[in-house]
Amino acid sequence: MVASMPVKDSRRQFLATLSKLAGVAGGACLFSLGLGLYARQASALPAQALRPPGALAEDAFLAACLRCGLCVHGCPYDMLKLASPGTPVATGTPYFIARDKPCEMCEDIPCVVACPSGALDRSLKDIGKARMGLAALVDQETCLNFLGLRCDVCYRVCPVIDKAITLEKLHNPRSDRHALLLPTVHSEHCTGCGKCEQACVLPEAAIKIYPVKLAKGKLPDHYRKSWEERAAHGGSLIGDQIQMPVRGMEGAAGSAAVPSQPALDSTWKP
Amino acid sequence: MEKASAAPGNTPDAVSPAPTFFARLRWGKWLLLRRLSQAGILGLFLLGPWFGIWIVTGNLSSSMTLGVLPLTDPLLIMQSLATGFIPYQDALIGVAIVIAFYLLVGGRVFCSWVCPVNPVTDAAAALRRKLGIKGGRAPAASTRYWLLGGLLITAFLTGNLVWEFVNPVSMLHRGLIFGMGFGWLVVLGVFIYDLLVASRGWCGHLCPMGATYALLNRTALPRVSAERRAACDDCMDCFTVCPEPQVIRPALKGTDSPLIKDPECTNCGRCIEVCALDVFRFTTRFSASTHRRTTS
Ligand code: SF4
Ligand code: SF4
Ligand code: SF4
Ligand code: SF4
Repeated sequence: MVASMPVKDSRRQFLATLSKLAGVAGGACLFSLGLGLYARQASALPAQALRPPGALAEDAFLAACLRCGLCVHGCPYDMLKLASPGTPVATGTPYFIARDKPCEMCEDIPCVVACPSGALDRSLKDIGKARMGLAALVDQETCLNFLGLRCDVCYRVCPVIDKAITLEKLHNPRSDRHALLLPTVHSEHCTGCGKCEQACVLPEAAIKIYPVKLAKGKLPDHYRKSWEERAAHGGSLIGDQIQMPVRGMEGAAGSAAVPSQPALDSTWKP
Repeated sequence: MEKASAAPGNTPDAVSPAPTFFARLRWGKWLLLRRLSQAGILGLFLLGPWFGIWIVTGNLSSSMTLGVLPLTDPLLIMQSLATGFIPYQDALIGVAIVIAFYLLVGGRVFCSWVCPVNPVTDAAAALRRKLGIKGGRAPAASTRYWLLGGLLITAFLTGNLVWEFVNPVSMLHRGLIFGMGFGWLVVLGVFIYDLLVASRGWCGHLCPMGATYALLNRTALPRVSAERRAACDDCMDCFTVCPEPQVIRPALKGTDSPLIKDPECTNCGRCIEVCALDVFRFTTRFSASTHRRTTS
């Protein structure tokens, strides 16, 4: 710059500084926005990756988790992992893969106690109320119990056995003389610990844990189940139904009798 | 130490014919102490996972020492707060302790005494000097503050701690403890950037974590002072090693206080040990050692 033209010079300098500043600010903002986009994409949680007990809903969790790994270090079973770059889980956040190492459902929930931020919610006091995911028997074609054998392994290992998972007895039409004992998960009690998926004897588990959102269906809000309403009310809400006679069909077979429905779980004995 | 032989008489006019610049460059007391500090802190974190000795758990983002001392990084909390989330007391107490500590010793002490990326960028700078790489394109030093603002706004807009997807500092430290994955690439990127593209580019121009700590660097008790600046023979050694060379000039060449009060000074002490004429030394910000008014 030429020193002999101070006014023009300082003006030019000012403009240069301004444009440089704008460049820097613009660059930084653009980069941040790009980063935001990338972060959104990189935060899509794969279905197999489960969050530790007490984790807030995924969106809130990503805002709260400090990526510190205190939960990972707090877990006595060393089953939580902290996502490293390249893993398809938001970098630095804790997760576990049920098939590798499930949650042992510690009574004192040390992972939640260790979390300094509240990403793992300390209002969770009873590990039975944790909802890390929901087990679903996804493949009825390969589950040994569906094929008629008595594997039962997933049922046996469940820490909430007979509540979270039960064996529902059904007539086996193939042999016509045996029962099928179908592993059945009940969302009301399943914590999503992953023990069943880990233990499934098949090379690829037939029962798997998914985030509750993926595993659970939803009835329309206006649906009522007659049997529940009846039980709550202590009887039918609309009173006894009048049996209307069927005109013109007198004498036709079965017309008068109410057809008898065979019970699903007949008390059939071999 | 080599420095001692470099300035035998300790007098300003003792011309130093002794060791070459590079000989003096390599190690000095403060560099040694800094490397020990960096390794020691990392070591404390690794004792648990490697040897089952659990003194410290977590990582620099948030940690727990001996089950009683929570420490949390300010930038992590700032990002989390920006999303609208209010963390538990533990994290808030942790960040309060960290802020209080750095307000006392100087925020950017984190950069030179704790941060795991510092040895990486120091190595890049050393290699750059050795290979005689000059030039490159360094962004404005204010970029880091714009970046800090940008990432906080983006955290607010996306509800996610966006910087943690690329932050080399937390990535390297977390990676060493919990598994690196592809985090090496990011660290390598920083090294190459500093080596080939911009001298001291990462720590001195881009890192928003350093920017955050610089905000806490205005009340630091220990400060470097160019106390014997009259002795300076303009060899420029201090400018060469300083990660933030612009902070030296006002103290060394000015007529005001010789204290380096610029909030970007990392209190690394490199200038002290490379100066053959012992111009610099650590003192406190209150030391009215030399003439003239000591500002504020
Ligand atoms: S409940 Fe126990 S096993 Fe499960 S994640 Fe927490 S610490 Fe680990
Ligand atoms: S302890 Fe909490 S904040 Fe830290 S990684 Fe685990 S969930 Fe995140
Ligand atoms: S995940 Fe499986 S083992 Fe765990 S509670 Fe649910 S059904 Fe039981
Ligand atoms: S362990 Fe696997 S194969 Fe066995 S009953 Fe359960 S889901 Fe079926």
